[in-house]
Amino acid sequence: MRDRFIQTLCQIAEKDPRIMLLTGDLGFAVLDEYRRRFPRQFINAGVAEQNMTLVATGMALEGHIVFTYSIGNFPTLRCLEMIRNDAAYHGANVKVVSIGGGFSYGALGISHHATEDLAIMRSLPDVTCISPTSLLEVTEATKAVTQTLGTCFLRLDKDKGPDGPIDEPFVLGRPRVLRRGHDVALIVTGGILSEVVRAADVLGRAGISASVYAVHTLKPFGPDHIIEAARIHRALVTVEEHTIHGGLGGLVLETLADAGVNFGKFLRIGLDGCFSSVVGSQSYLRATYGMDAAGIVRRTQRLLSS
Amino acid sequence: MLCMTSRGGSSHVGAAFSIADILAVLYGGGVMRHDPKQPRWDGRDRFILSKGHAGAAVYAILAEMGYFSVEELKKHYQDGSVFSGHVSHKGIPGVELSTGSLGHGLGVGVGMAKALKLAGNPARVFVLLSDGECDEGTVWEAALFSQHHQLDNLIAIVDYNKVQSLAPVAETLQLEPFRAKWESFNWSVREADGHDHKALTQALEDLPAVQGKPTVVIAHTVKGKGVSFMENTVLWHYRAARGEEFDRALKELEAS
Repeated sequence: MRDRFIQTLCQIAEKDPRIMLLTGDLGFAVLDEYRRRFPRQFINAGVAEQNMTLVATGMALEGHIVFTYSIGNFPTLRCLEMIRNDAAYHGANVKVVSIGGGFSYGALGISHHATEDLAIMRSLPDVTCISPTSLLEVTEATKAVTQTLGTCFLRLDKDKGPDGPIDEPFVLGRPRVLRRGHDVALIVTGGILSEVVRAADVLGRAGISASVYAVHTLKPFGPDHIIEAARIHRALVTVEEHTIHGGLGGLVLETLADAGVNFGKFLRIGLDGCFSSVVGSQSYLRATYGMDAAGIVRRTQRLLSS
Repeated sequence: MLCMTSRGGSSHVGAAFSIADILAVLYGGGVMRHDPKQPRWDGRDRFILSKGHAGAAVYAILAEMGYFSVEELKKHYQDGSVFSGHVSHKGIPGVELSTGSLGHGLGVGVGMAKALKLAGNPARVFVLLSDGECDEGTVWEAALFSQHHQLDNLIAIVDYNKVQSLAPVAETLQLEPFRAKWESFNWSVREADGHDHKALTQALEDLPAVQGKPTVVIAHTVKGKGVSFMENTVLWHYRAARGEEFDRALKELEAS
């Protein structure tokens, strides 16, 4: 997802001199092409993410569209007050990009596990929150945040999501329905969609018909698809590489409660209110916390038979 | 400012008095290029009050300059008003940046200065900080960045009244040797009596002090300046003048 983001940003920066990319001293080799082609549109702000966010705000207030780039929680949680008071409150065109959502940097330890960022960023007024589920969505989301006025958060994953064509167009704020089934709706955000698609295949072979809803935008969030999902299916399962508190699971529950929709069985798959002091690869940690394809299948079957 | 803070019962009158002369010189003394009729004029010098708690002083100078009516100041700190205790830009012409959490203004000013340079715009950015604010690490992150990028269109002014929220600066986190700190960050440093208009004007003239370097003016000030019983006290960081205190303060200010 990271490489796709940079490729897309190069295409945009070529045509739009307002684009600026600020990095917090990260992106070794990855940013080389961008730096070479657009030296006047690139600043390494050093290991000082808070100042990077402040500088980005100042430049945005003077007319630039500024991307701040770092990994894990560094561009988000560390800079939370700068994003809130300075960027968002002033409607500044600051686009916060985190490389490494969830357990992308799983082996590096909890400092590098971005597992609360969606909940926290989603709570900020006037901040658009996007968590693409596939490479095509990364391309579209990068274009979308450039065109969207104000502050945006783009959470990118090591997992590039599933391969294969995508029929439905990308519309900011509207989930995409990737599969239509009738027993259970699997609602997912982020690259962990790859696990969900595999899980849907396995469930299908076991006689359970699953729909898959890819939620690339958590904010703004158009409720129609999720309300429809609740009406059609007897169970809803949300999947996110993130705490189950306040992220996608919370968003779906809020949406259904606000709409007064009755829904059947419900399960939130994600990290259940804990830090992972165990380290490992993204796939290892997903399996450990029951959010890999096998875990999603197992827990969905248990939910349906409960 | 006395009426504003007393009417609303707001804190920080001492902090506002501390910077009143600095603002008078910047806005009214010909230092800053600005036009109250065109608050968003592209060629204007930008001003950021990073010590947002002294917002009353900025509202007052903007009203005096004609950005809006002096009558509007009566709304300060009142229910339903946009004139918040900490300076706010929303609905208030002339305010560039809302602040209130310390350590933010310099970094935003740095970003503006960098963008102005890139655009070839000769406008400058003035950022007014408090001394206690220099405890914040982000001030020094911004100081480091701005000298690296040779932002000589950036001018920081530190309101060095040497009294912070609970105690004197020297008893809280010692800033001295303060001048040497800025010099070691590769800034050019000037110092002035922050209540002497002539000295302040001199310090803020002929900028940049050194080509290729940001400038800091350390303004030696008196917290609560102008009201004898408020001067140099911690108490008047938070207290608002009431009753007999208000009458005495007003009398002193009118006489000065």
